[in-house]
Amino acid sequence: MSFLEIAVNISIIMIGISLILIFIRLAIGPTIEDRIVALDLLAANAIGFVAVYAIQNKTTTFLDVGIIVALLAFLGTVAFAYYLERRKIK
Amino acid sequence: MIEIISGIILLLGAFFILISAIGVIRMPDIFTRMSSTTKASTLGVGLTLIGTAVFWQDIGISARVIIIITFLFLTAPVAAHIIGRAAYNNNVPLWDKTKVDELKGRYDEKTHELK
Repeated sequence: MSFLEIAVNISIIMIGISLILIFIRLAIGPTIEDRIVALDLLAANAIGFVAVYAIQNKTTTFLDVGIIVALLAFLGTVAFAYYLERRKIK
Repeated sequence: MIEIISGIILLLGAFFILISAIGVIRMPDIFTRMSSTTKASTLGVGLTLIGTAVFWQDIGISARVIIIITFLFLTAPVAAHIIGRAAYNNNVPLWDKTKVDELKGRYDEKTHELK
């Protein structure tokens, strides 16, 4: 087992643990803004996971998924925040 | 040699991602949580992607990595600003040990100006 394989395995374990922690915050978050922050961070972690997974499987196709996830996460965050402010005005 | 450098960068990135997740769990209110999210997550994801680019050393992969990193670094502050603004305007409670709240009472909700 080379150094890179060990590093990739440790990275996948660390990102997996952080995904679990963020899911806990997504479940218990006291306000809806906490949940939006957790969703945003979840998408960022998904991009990191995709990068590490691409090295592990020696395939480059997964990096395109990262671009799409980055776009959709930003759009979702902005839309959620916009409707939160609109709800307050009404 | 390339594999060792790539592995070290990957480990650093995953470490930052783990730190940001721990910060999201442990921090007391939403604004401190957002500081942990935006800083550590962009740095962690950026390092992980740079590790991927170093591993392949291919121009197409590097272009994709640069696109993702640029987009993340452009959008993360904007998204954090918008969520923080929505949270403050919706009166999300601050941490009870917060010392300074400079915006309190100075923001005009009708005209969106600072007094």
